[in-house]
Amino acid sequence: MQFMLLFSRQGKLRLQKWYVPLSDKEKKKITRELVQTVLARKPKMCSFLEWRDLKIVYKRYASLYFCCAIEDQDNELITLEIIHRYVELLDKYFGSVCELDIIFNFEKAYFILDEFLLGGEVQETSKKNVLKAIEQADLLQEKTDNAYHSKSFMGYKKAY
Amino acid sequence: MPAVSKGDGMRGLAVFISDIRNCKSKEAEIKRINKELANIRSKFKGDKALDGYSKKKYVCKLLFIFLLGHDIDFGHMEAVNLLSSNRYTEKQIGYLFISVLVNSNSELIRLINNAIKNDLASRNPTFMGLALHCIANVGSREMAEAFAGEIPKVLVAGDTMDSVKQSAALCLLRLYRTSPDLVPMGDWTSRVVHLLNDQHLGVVTAATSLITTLAQKNPEEFKTSVSLAVSRLSRIVTSASTDLQDYTYYFVPAPWLSVKLLRLLQCYPPPEDPAVRGRLTECLETILNKAQEPPKSKKVQHSNAKNAVLFEAISLIIHHDSEPNLLVRACNQLGQFLQHRETNLRYLALESMCTLASSEFSHEAVKTHIETVINALKTERDVSVRQRAVDLLYAMCDRSNAQQIVAEMLSYLETADYSIREEIVLKVAILAEKYAVDYTWYVDTILNLIRIAGDYVSEEVWYRVIQIVINRDDVQGYAAKTVFEALQAPACHENLVKVGGYILGEFGNLIAGDPRSSPLIQFSLLHSKFHLCSVPTRALLLSTYIKFVNLFPEVKATIQDVLRSDSQLRNADVELQQRAVEYLRLSTVASTDILATVLEEMPPFPERESSILAKLKKKKGPSTVTGLEDSKRERGADINGGPEPTPASAASTPSPSADLLGLGAAPPAPVGPPASSGGLLVDVFSDSPSAVAPLAPGSEDNFARFVCKNNGVLFENQLLQIGLKSEFRQNLGRMFIFYGNKTSTQFLNFTPTLICSDDLQATLSLQTKPVDPTVDGGAQVRQAVNIECVSDFTEAPVLNIQFRYGGTFQNVSVKLPITLNKFFQPTEMASQDFFQRWKQLSNPQQEVQNIFKAKHPMDTEITKAKIIGFGSALLEEVDPNPANFVGAGIIHTKSTQIGCLLRLEPNLQAQMYRLTLRTSKETVSQRLCELLSDQF
Repeated sequence: MQFMLLFSRQGKLRLQKWYVPLSDKEKKKITRELVQTVLARKPKMCSFLEWRDLKIVYKRYASLYFCCAIEDQDNELITLEIIHRYVELLDKYFGSVCELDIIFNFEKAYFILDEFLLGGEVQETSKKNVLKAIEQADLLQEKTDNAYHSKSFMGYKKAY
Repeated sequence: MPAVSKGDGMRGLAVFISDIRNCKSKEAEIKRINKELANIRSKFKGDKALDGYSKKKYVCKLLFIFLLGHDIDFGHMEAVNLLSSNRYTEKQIGYLFISVLVNSNSELIRLINNAIKNDLASRNPTFMGLALHCIANVGSREMAEAFAGEIPKVLVAGDTMDSVKQSAALCLLRLYRTSPDLVPMGDWTSRVVHLLNDQHLGVVTAATSLITTLAQKNPEEFKTSVSLAVSRLSRIVTSASTDLQDYTYYFVPAPWLSVKLLRLLQCYPPPEDPAVRGRLTECLETILNKAQEPPKSKKVQHSNAKNAVLFEAISLIIHHDSEPNLLVRACNQLGQFLQHRETNLRYLALESMCTLASSEFSHEAVKTHIETVINALKTERDVSVRQRAVDLLYAMCDRSNAQQIVAEMLSYLETADYSIREEIVLKVAILAEKYAVDYTWYVDTILNLIRIAGDYVSEEVWYRVIQIVINRDDVQGYAAKTVFEALQAPACHENLVKVGGYILGEFGNLIAGDPRSSPLIQFSLLHSKFHLCSVPTRALLLSTYIKFVNLFPEVKATIQDVLRSDSQLRNADVELQQRAVEYLRLSTVASTDILATVLEEMPPFPERESSILAKLKKKKGPSTVTGLEDSKRERGADINGGPEPTPASAASTPSPSADLLGLGAAPPAPVGPPASSGGLLVDVFSDSPSAVAPLAPGSEDNFARFVCKNNGVLFENQLLQIGLKSEFRQNLGRMFIFYGNKTSTQFLNFTPTLICSDDLQATLSLQTKPVDPTVDGGAQVRQAVNIECVSDFTEAPVLNIQFRYGGTFQNVSVKLPITLNKFFQPTEMASQDFFQRWKQLSNPQQEVQNIFKAKHPMDTEITKAKIIGFGSALLEEVDPNPANFVGAGIIHTKSTQIGCLLRLEPNLQAQMYRLTLRTSKETVSQRLCELLSDQF
C-alpha cells in the first residue's frame, strides 16, 4: 500500500499515512485530487478505481471516507477488509467510534494504525493482539500520567 | 469502553482542537493557529524548563497544526528530546512527530538515530516496537545506513519477542524498498525463510511480505520459500473455520496471510517438485471449490475475505499458465461473478478476465462470456466498470468476433463517457485494422468512428486510414465512393473533410465515371466545406485541388478561378497564401507531363508499427497494451489468421511520435561497423560511480523470452518500463531500447550503461550514445545500440540503469537479450543435402545433445514458430519422422560463418524433447543448444 487517507464528507482530511517518500507539495496535490474524485462518486458505485498508475480502494463509514492507494499487483478485496479491520479496531478501542474520536484523539488513531499496518503491509491481523499492544501502552501511560492529571476530559463528545 | 477513558487527556490539546473546530472562517482558523504557534514558541524559548507533559502537549499541538495543512518550522528539537524520555507516552508522541515531520537536518538525524539505537538496545519490547515503527515510517536512506545491518539480527534472534519480530520484518521491508543496496544479504536470509513455519501467525504474516519482496529481487536465494509457503497455505485452506481463532476473519481462515502466500508463490514458476506441485494444485482446487459452497455468513466481510483469497488464487493460476483445467475453472468462476449483484465483484471479474483472455488455454473460455460483457457495457451504471468491460472486449477480440465487438464498441461510443471516448476510438481503430479481412469493412468502421466521435479521433487515426487505403489498391475505389457519400451529409466532422479531401485527391478519378460524382461535383462538394474548416484542413484541401487539376483537366479553369480569388491569393495566413500562389503558378506553367509527375499518386507507405497502437501504448502505459499485443500475436497467426498489418512481421522503424503520415520517421539507418575507439564497455556517462545492482528478479525469464523474438517488454517495475525493438542482418544488428517513465515524476540523472565482461568485449561490439539524463513523468526515451558480432559468444551484456526518483536512488540491472542466434541466417536445403551435411559434421565435438522435459505444452505450431523465431530455417519433409523438427542456418560473425544444423525430437508421451545441434564449432553448438533448450 502506498498511502491511506481518511477524510470527511466535507473533504476535510482526518488522517494521512504515507508509505512512500513524497514531498509535502505532492502529498497535498494527491490528497486534493483524490478527495475530489472520491467524493464525486455515487453511493452504489464500485469501491475501486484506477487513478494514475495506482488502484484506489475506498469505503465510506458514516461521515468518514477511508481511502487506500495500492499497487497494480495488490489485492483490492483484501484491502477493503484492511479498511474494515481498522475500523473495527478503532471501534473497539473507542467504543462505537465516530469522527470526533479521530479528530480529538488523532494520535491514538495513528498508534493503532501503526500496530496494524507497518510500511504499508499488514503486520498483525488479530484484533486481540493489536488491542493488547495498545492497551499495554495505555497502562504504561496511565501509570506515568496519573501524576499530572486524571483522565478527566470526558464528555466533550456530547459538547461538540 | 467509554470513548476517552483511555486518553492521556491532554486538556490543552482538546481545548485547542475544539477552538479550531469552532472557527467560522479560514481566517479565524489561521488567526487562532498563529496565536497558538506564538504561545508554543514562547514556551519553548522561555527560561523556565518545561516538564515532559507540557513538552508532549505542545509537540502534539504542533503535530495537529501540521496535519491541518500548515507549515511547521520549529519544535523538532523538543520532539527529539521526548524520544529519550523514560515515560512511554512522551516517547510515543516524540516518535509520532518525527515520523510525520521528518526533517533531514543532519544534526537532528544523528540525535534521532541515537535515541532509536538506545531503544533498540533496551530489550524493552514496547520501546523496541516504537523505534522500529519510527524507522519503518521514515524509511529514509540515512536510517537505512544506520540500521539496515542491525535489524536482520533483531529479526532472527532467538529471544526476540513475536511482536518485535513482526515490526522488524516490515521495518526491514521498508528499508529494502527504499535502499536495497544497503540491506546486506547473508546468513539471516535462510532463517527468515523459516519464519514461514513460525507458530505465531502474526509473525508469518509479517515475514511473508518481507520474503515476497526479497524473493522478487533474489529469486534463487529464496527458492526454498516455495515449498514452505505451499505447506503453510495448505494447512490454512484445509483448516476448519474456528481452528485459527483470532486469525479467522468472518469465518475465513487467515485471509490476509493466504493472500500474501499466494502472492509470494507468484514470484516463481510452478514448483518443480511433483509433490509440492500436487499439493499446491490441491490448495487451488480447494479454494475454487469453496467458492461454490454456500456462504457461512451473510456479512459482506465474509464474502470479501473469501473472494480476496479466490482472486489471488486465480492470479496465481494465470501466472503459472500451465494447468488448463484450473484456468478453465477460474474462467467459469469469473463468469459467475460477471453477473453478481455486487458491483465490486463484477469489476474485479472483468479485470481478472482480461489477463485470462491472453492465455492460450482460456482464451476460448473467456470468449464464451462475450454477451455478458457486452451487456455490462450497456447496463453498468458505474463508468469505471464500463471501462473494464471495454478493456475485456478488447482483450478477447480475435478474428472470429471482431465484427461483433467493433460494432458494439461503436454503438457504445455514441453514449460513452467523455473521459474514455478517445481510448475507445483508438481501440476500435486498432481492432478494425488488425482483424479486417474485408477492407471495405475497415473503411466503413473508421468513417463511422469519425461520424460518431469525430472530436475524439486523433490525427493518428485518420493518418492511419489514409496509409492503409494508399497501400491497398483493392479498397481505393470503395474508399473514394464512401467518403464521397459521407461528405454529402449537411454537417460533417472536419476530420471527415480531411480524410475525404486526401482520398478524393488521390483516388477521385476512380469514381469520376459516375455522373453523380463527376469531377466538378466532387470539387464543389469539397469546396462547399472549405470555409467552415480550420487552416490546416484548408491547406490540405488546396493540395487536393491541385491534384484535381492533374486528375481532371476539365475542372482546371474552375480551380484556377478559386485559387486566383483574393480570399486565397491574399489570404492573411501565410501557409494558405503560399499554397494558393504556388499551386496557381504550377497549374499555369507546367506541362501536362510535368504536372502528372509532380502530382503522381502517393507511393505505398513503408509498413511500420501502427501509429495508433503507439498512441494507445502512450495513453495506457506501454505495459498493458504491449503485453496484450504480444500475447495476441503469440497465439499465432494460424488462429487469427490472415493479413496482419501489425508490427510483428515488419522490420519496423519505431515511430513513437506519429508525425504526418509517418513521413518524418527515419528509414532504418544502415547499421555500420562501430565507428570509434576500442572502448567496448559502452559507458554512457563515465562518471557514474555507483555500484551496479544485481540482476533484477525475473531477468533470466525475460531474457529467455527474447531468444526467439526481437520486440517486447524486457523489464518492468512500478517506476520504469524497458521495451526493446531490434533487428539483425548477418553479423550486424541494431537495437532500440525504450525507457518509459511510468510515474508522474521526473527521473533525474537517468544513466543507462551497457556492461560487457572482458571476454564478451572481445567478441561482441556495442556502440551507443548517451540519452538525456532527465526523463519526464509519463515520457519515453529511446536509445539506439549498434551491434556487431565479432566472433561467437556465450555471455550476454548487462544493462544497468541508475537514476534518482523523488529523492531516492534507483539502480536496476537486466540482462540484455543479444544472443548468438540473432546472427542466424536461415538456409533452405533439401533432405538429401541436409543429411549429407549432417554426416559431415559427425565429429564428436561438433555435436551437442540435450534431453529435457517440456516446460510448455507441446504444440507443433508453437514449436515451429519458435524454431523460425530462433533464426534457422525450418525444413519440412526432411526428417523421416514427420513429428520431428529440423532446421538449418548460418551464424554470421565478422571473422567467420558457421553452418548449423539442428534437430528436435519431441516425445509426447514422456513430455520430453531431445535436441541435437551440429555445427562446425564446438562452442557454437554448445551455446545454441543451451539457448534453444530453454524455449520448449
